Amino acid sequence: MNSYDVVVIGAGPGGYISAIRCAQLGFSTACVDNGVSVDNKPALGGTCLNTGCIPSKALLDSSHHYAFISKQAADHGINVSGVKLDVHKMITRKNRIVQKLTRGIAGLFKKNKVDWLQGRATLQGNDKVQVTPAGKEPAEEYTVSARHIIIATGSVPARFPVAAVDRNRIVDSTGALMFKEVPKRLGVIGAGVIGLELGSVWSRMGSKVTILEALDDFLAPVDRQIAAAAEKLLTAQGLDIRLGARVTGTGVNSREVGVSFEQGGDKQQLNFDKLIVAVGRSPNVDGLGAEDAGLDLNQNGSIKVDEHCATNLPNVYAIGDVVRGPMLAHKAAEEGVMVAERLAGQKSEINLDLVPWVIYTWPEIAWVGKTESELEEAGVSCRSGVFPFAASGRALASGDSDGMIKILSDAGTDRILGVHILGPNASELIAEAVLAMEFDGSSEDIARTIHAHPTLAEAMHEAALASDKRALHI
Amino acid sequence: MLIEVRVPVLAESVAEATLMDWHKQPGDPVKFGDALIDVETDKVTLEVVAPEDGTLVSILKNGGEDVESDELIAQIDTEAQASVTAAPDTGKADVPEPEAAVDDTGSGPAPQAETDAAPEAESESEPEAEPAVEPDEQPPPAQQTPKSSPAVRKLLAEHGLEAREVPASGTRLTKKDVLDYLSSLEDGGKDAQRAKPAAGTADDGETGRTEQADGGRAQAPETRARKTEQQAPAPAGEKRKPGAGKSPEGADNRVPMSRLRRRAAQRLLAAQHENAILTTFNEVNMKPVMDLRNRYKESFEKTHDIKLGFMSFFTKAAVEALKKFPVVNASVDGDDIIYHNYYDIGIAVSSPRGLVVPVIRAADKLSFAEIEKTISAYGQKARDAKLTLEELTGGTFTITNGGVFGSLLSTPILNPPQSAILGMHKIEDRPVAENGEVVIRPMMYLALSYDHRIIDGREAVSFLVALREALEDPSRLLLQI
Repeated sequence: MNSYDVVVIGAGPGGYISAIRCAQLGFSTACVDNGVSVDNKPALGGTCLNTGCIPSKALLDSSHHYAFISKQAADHGINVSGVKLDVHKMITRKNRIVQKLTRGIAGLFKKNKVDWLQGRATLQGNDKVQVTPAGKEPAEEYTVSARHIIIATGSVPARFPVAAVDRNRIVDSTGALMFKEVPKRLGVIGAGVIGLELGSVWSRMGSKVTILEALDDFLAPVDRQIAAAAEKLLTAQGLDIRLGARVTGTGVNSREVGVSFEQGGDKQQLNFDKLIVAVGRSPNVDGLGAEDAGLDLNQNGSIKVDEHCATNLPNVYAIGDVVRGPMLAHKAAEEGVMVAERLAGQKSEINLDLVPWVIYTWPEIAWVGKTESELEEAGVSCRSGVFPFAASGRALASGDSDGMIKILSDAGTDRILGVHILGPNASELIAEAVLAMEFDGSSEDIARTIHAHPTLAEAMHEAALASDKRALHI
Repeated sequence: MLIEVRVPVLAESVAEATLMDWHKQPGDPVKFGDALIDVETDKVTLEVVAPEDGTLVSILKNGGEDVESDELIAQIDTEAQASVTAAPDTGKADVPEPEAAVDDTGSGPAPQAETDAAPEAESESEPEAEPAVEPDEQPPPAQQTPKSSPAVRKLLAEHGLEAREVPASGTRLTKKDVLDYLSSLEDGGKDAQRAKPAAGTADDGETGRTEQADGGRAQAPETRARKTEQQAPAPAGEKRKPGAGKSPEGADNRVPMSRLRRRAAQRLLAAQHENAILTTFNEVNMKPVMDLRNRYKESFEKTHDIKLGFMSFFTKAAVEALKKFPVVNASVDGDDIIYHNYYDIGIAVSSPRGLVVPVIRAADKLSFAEIEKTISAYGQKARDAKLTLEELTGGTFTITNGGVFGSLLSTPILNPPQSAILGMHKIEDRPVAENGEVVIRPMMYLALSYDHRIIDGREAVSFLVALREALEDPSRLLLQI
C-alpha cells in the first residue's frame, strides 16, 4: 500500500492548489480525482477549469466581442458589415483553452511531484483512502494510506425537481456551455451569478433570454444601490428578468420546453427552445463515504469544519465548495494553502469576510466586505463614497462608462468595511479594495495613494475622496 | 502502551550530547513526527521526534542536561491519546463568539480571536468595542491595536504574540517591526529559558490555555508550534524590562553561544592559527556553462528527475583539477603529507542552525545527476536538521558558495584537516575583453584558500586555472582533460 503524508481528494482549484502547496512544503502528496474533460478524458482542474469559471469566461469574452462589433463598434467610427457568428468555433476555442489549462495542472503536478491518482476516492477511516479507477476498462480498486487527508470534492449543480435536467432541452450550467447553436428563446431559472452570466452569453449572441428568479430582490447578497443599477443595465441589454417568479412546472416536447410559473399570484407560462437551470450548487459528498467514516455534515450536506478547515475527524480537513462559506474558486484555493501550511506548523489564516465576489456580466459586478444594509442592520454607522464611471475619463474614452464604485467606511475610524463595484473590469479593480482591507486600511489610505491617470482605478481613488466629501471630478 | 523516547545513536567519536529545550511538556498530546526536543553535539544538532501518536507522560531529562547515546529521555503513552483529544473540546465552545465579533470590524485578525477566547482582561478593548467607538478623531494609540497586515497577523500568531505588545514604528505594525521584536526577544528569551531549564511550572497555566483556545481539533499541526515561543510573551516580557526595555534600539543583549557555534568558533580560530592560509583568485566566464545548462535543462530534468544546477559543474571541475594537483586534495599529519586517492567533496550549506558541510563521497565516481541529487537531499536534511554525523565528517576538499547570498569576493577559511577550499561567488554581468573587443559576460570570481605549508602558489594558481578552463569549456569534463 502506498502511503503519503497528504492525500488530497479532488483536483479543482482548492484541491490542486492545496496539493501543490503541500508538496512545496516537503510533504509527499497525492491527489485523487475522477474529473473528465468534455471529450471524456481524465482531466484535472475540477468544475472551475472544465465546466465553470474558465469556459464560461471564454464564452463571455467571445460573446462580448461579438456584441461590441455588432452594436458598439459603429460608435467608435468602425463600420462593420457581414458580421457572422460561428458558434462551433467559439465552443472549440473554449475547449482548447480548457485543455491547455488542465494539462498545465498535470504539468505542475509533475514538477512538484504530486502523484495524480485517477479515480473516485472513498474515505476508509481517517488515515486511508480507497481509489476506484474510472474509465472504460475497469481497473482494480486500491487503497493508499495518508497521514493527513484534505477533502476538496467541490460542488455540483443543485437539482431542481420541477425542472429535471434532460441534457437536451433542459440543461444545467455545464450543458449551457455546449449549445451547438444559439437558441432563439432561452429560459433561465435563477438570477444568481451563474444564471446572469450564462444568460448574458446567449443574449449577446442573439437569444431572447428570460430569467425567472423566485426571490423578490434582484441579487439579494449585493449592495442595493449596485443591484438596482445593475438590474437596469442588464434589462436594457435585453435580459428579461422576472423577479418573484416561482417556477411550478415544466413540460418538454420535441420542439420546445414549457415553463409554468407564478408571479404576484398570477399563473403564467412561457415556452423556450432551451432552459438553463441555475438554482445554485450543492456540496458534493457523493461516494466519499463520509457517513461511514463518521464525518459530521451540516444540514445542507456540506462538511462541518472549524475556522481552520478541520473536520471532526482528526487529520481530516475539508476545503472549498464542500464546506461553509462562499462557493468560489479563490476561497477554496486559499483554504487549501492555509491547511497545507498549518500542517507544516505555520499559523496561516484566511478571513472569509474578505473574500472578493465577482459576477461577470457586462458591466461586471464585484464586491468585498459588507453591504450598506448589512452595516445598517448591525448598527454600524458608516459613510459612503460613490463615484460614477460616467465621470471617469478612461471609462468615457473606452465607451464603457456605466456603473460606479462605492466605498463604505466606518464613520468614526474611517476603516473600510465594504467596497462595491459595478463597472468595466470590476473584477480587476476589486483587488485594490481587498488588499486595502487586509491591511486594515481606511478610505483615506486609498485617497492618499497615487493612482495612475487615465485609468479606471482612478474611480476607486475618487470614491475614497468622496467618502470625505472631497471628490474632485463630481 | 508506554513508548520510550531515546537519544539517537551518536557517532563513535561523540561521547555525549546536550539536550536543548523541550518543545513539549508532560501531558501534551503529541503526533507522530512532532519535534520533541533538539539534541546538540559539538558537530551537529539532531531533532528527536515523537515515534508515535500519544501523550507525553514523562520527561526524564531536563533541557540543558548532558545525555549519552541511546539514553532514555522521555516516555509517550499511546493509549492516553483519546482522552487528551477530548479535553480541549471544551475550549471550542468559545470560538464562535469572537468570530462573530470579528465580523463587525470587517477584518478578522484571527489571532486576536484566539486569545479572546482565553479569559484575559484584554478582551474588553477588543473587536466588539471598536465599531462602537465614539467618532473621536485621534484614538489614543497606546490603547488601540495598531493596524496590521496579513503577513503581520500570521507572524504574530506563529509566535503567540499580541499586536499591542510589539512596539510599532508608526501607527501601523509592519512585518519589520515584528521581526525586529522577535530577534530581540529570541536573544533575551533563550537566556531566560536556559537559566531555568524546568521551564516554568508557573507558565503551565498560560500555555495550557493558549492551547485550548486554539480550538482543540487542530492540535495535530499546532503541536509543532514551539512551546518555548508560546511562553515567550508573558514571562519574558517582565524579565526584559530592566535590560532591553521597550525601546528596540540602544540595548545590548548578552547571549551565550550555542554549543554548535562555540565549537565552530574554536575550529575556525584553530584553522587560522595552525595553517598558513593564503588565498588566490581567478575569474571564470560562466556563459558556456549557462548555455549548456539552458540547452539541456529540460531534458536533464526529464531524464534524471532533478534540476541541473551549477554545483555539479563545479564539483566535477574541482575533482578533475584535484586529479591534476593531488596536493590540493591532501592533508597534513604532523610532518607527513597524506595524499588522498579519493575525492570526498564537502559542500557548505546554510541551515537554520548555522553553516554545515555535508560531504559528497567519491564525487569522481558520480554523474552530474547523482551529484545534484545528493546536494539536494543534503539541503533538505540540513533544513530539517536530519544530517547524520557520518554525512558531516570526512571530506578531502570543500566548496563553499557565498554567491547565493550575493558575495562578490571572499577569502574562505580552511576546513581542517583539509588543505584547500574553493569559494564560489555571485555571477555578475561584467564587461570583459575578448579577442580585442569589450563584451558583456556573466562572470564569477573564484577564490582558493590553501595551506601554504604544503601547497605552493604555482599549484594553487594552476588548480584555479584548470578549474576555470574546465568551466569555460565544459566538454573538457567529458573528456577528462
